Amino acid sequence: MSSFLLKRLLQGVVIMAAMSVIVFAGVYAIGNPLDVLIPPEATQDVRERTIARFGLDKSLVEQYFLFISNLLKGDLGLSYIYNEPVLSLIGNRLPATLELVLTAVLGATLIGVPLGIYAGYKPHGFAARAIMAISILGFSVPTFWVGLILILTFAVSLGWLPSGGRGETVEFLGIEWSVLTLNGWSHLVLPAINLALFKLAIMVRLARAGTREVMLSDTVKFARAAGLSEMTILSRHVLKLISIPIVTVFGLELASTLAFAVVTETIFSWPGVGKLIIDSIKNLDRPVMVAYLILTAGLFVTINLCVDIAYALLDPRLRRGRAE
Amino acid sequence: MTDKAVSPWRNLWVRFREDRIALAALVVVGIILLLALFAPFIAPQDPYDLSGLSLRDARRPPGWVGSGGYVHWLGTDAQGRDLLSAILYGLGVSIQIGIFAGAVGLVIGTTIGILAAYHRGWFETVLMRIIDLQLSFPPILLALVLVAALGQGKAQLIAALVAAQYAYFARTAFGAASAERSKDYIEAARATPLSNTRIVFRHILPNAMPALIVVATVQVAYAIALESTLSFLGLGLPVTEPSLGMLISNGVKYMMSGRYWISVYPGIALIILIVAINLVGDHVRDILNPRLNR
Repeated sequence: MSSFLLKRLLQGVVIMAAMSVIVFAGVYAIGNPLDVLIPPEATQDVRERTIARFGLDKSLVEQYFLFISNLLKGDLGLSYIYNEPVLSLIGNRLPATLELVLTAVLGATLIGVPLGIYAGYKPHGFAARAIMAISILGFSVPTFWVGLILILTFAVSLGWLPSGGRGETVEFLGIEWSVLTLNGWSHLVLPAINLALFKLAIMVRLARAGTREVMLSDTVKFARAAGLSEMTILSRHVLKLISIPIVTVFGLELASTLAFAVVTETIFSWPGVGKLIIDSIKNLDRPVMVAYLILTAGLFVTINLCVDIAYALLDPRLRRGRAE
Repeated sequence: MTDKAVSPWRNLWVRFREDRIALAALVVVGIILLLALFAPFIAPQDPYDLSGLSLRDARRPPGWVGSGGYVHWLGTDAQGRDLLSAILYGLGVSIQIGIFAGAVGLVIGTTIGILAAYHRGWFETVLMRIIDLQLSFPPILLALVLVAALGQGKAQLIAALVAAQYAYFARTAFGAASAERSKDYIEAARATPLSNTRIVFRHILPNAMPALIVVATVQVAYAIALESTLSFLGLGLPVTEPSLGMLISNGVKYMMSGRYWISVYPGIALIILIVAINLVGDHVRDILNPRLNR
């Protein structure tokens, strides 16, 4: 197990190094940051000092190594727009995004998996067909449009829930959280549903496809022959057998939901990282873009690593390395 | 059953017809394509002709009879544009982009996938590593950054969509082609003086095609959704040629005051289009899945 872990860890480091080069070079091909940093009426002297302060007079390679050495010291540079350290800029907004993403993905899994198992258990029943129809809808309808309809229905027409913002927050462990107040929940629920629908559809499809295949397997035949109740078969055996792809997707979706939160946060004016990155793309705020992309890549690599470890724990066949 | 071999395409069609929902979806896709194609003849108004617009007709509800003397069945937008006409033209823009992005992605991805499967060795390892790495990254983020890097415009947008999607084609083509590559008849063909090109085009590609078609339908739908999302975020097409996403985005600020139609109707058109394409793709996938054929 430890050699397996070490190999994966090494792979992750290589991927991160490659990603940092790609992201850095890619983002630095975008536009001219001098237009953002320096007002057109600035004197030559001011221009030169600004260029030197941000290290823009150095070559791309030099800038990259400066960036990496600063990164390893935990310094991701200053935002061009906010003139604040990028790390604290992102750090301040991360909890809002995290609580939104976690609520959405957890909700999608807890609701989607049972629905999917049921749809796979009785694939030709009416309920199963209805579940699948809704899941195709959830899969197809663009997130931003669902968000608009949710606002139109629950905020504009019915007036039950607020249309944006985070609401009251409570400080816990030095961070502000909306999930801990009732008012916060009323703000959280619409964006969370919005973000969860797509994931819900994926979970339903995965659980259904897995269940359909597992139900035809010898395991289930033997379990039935042994006289186990259908409920026990589903919850003990089927759930276990379909759990590997679900865990994988849970992990990967957690990361991709962070990316998709960009859209939901824009619609619901949720003050998270997603809104920050959209603004930074529009304003050519390079340091924020680079930091966001590298942090996201790092998150992906970490989550992939966790998924691999979970795999090994769930599937004894993959753990063989331990016996050797 | 006759003894004559049935062509796989014919077989696919016969089994496709069995599912009524999928068949209906195919008809809907066909109708939408025709509507978009003939929009200039069907639409009551040319939405790009600014001289034909009157601000007196702006933001009118569905059913309003405008200064043009005809009924705006779906209402008008902030510029006094007939929404039905704008949607018909917008469908065309969205479909064009989706199909273009899908086709270019199909060609590039398939080439990479088949090359990797055919040549094997370090070439395969390096290419497929890159593809896997990219697949683990959300396409929307990639498209966002690329659109920002390339600037606004149709070609740039398509390039961003292709870059975000080609990896799916490459993965599928690689899977199908390497399964075919390891079969004996390909080994036999390679022993004859047949050229590699001929083996790839006559034997490997046709066998990989069905799987690629499924991915292509789904990816066209996804490209359309992605384009509308980017346009909604203000990073898509220029305003001169509004796609469905742009139309929706234009209506958002009026939504809060109850003028729902400007955003809602283009959205419904978008959803019907995407759902119909996905239903067709979904059913074809079910037919082609050997694990469910028992």
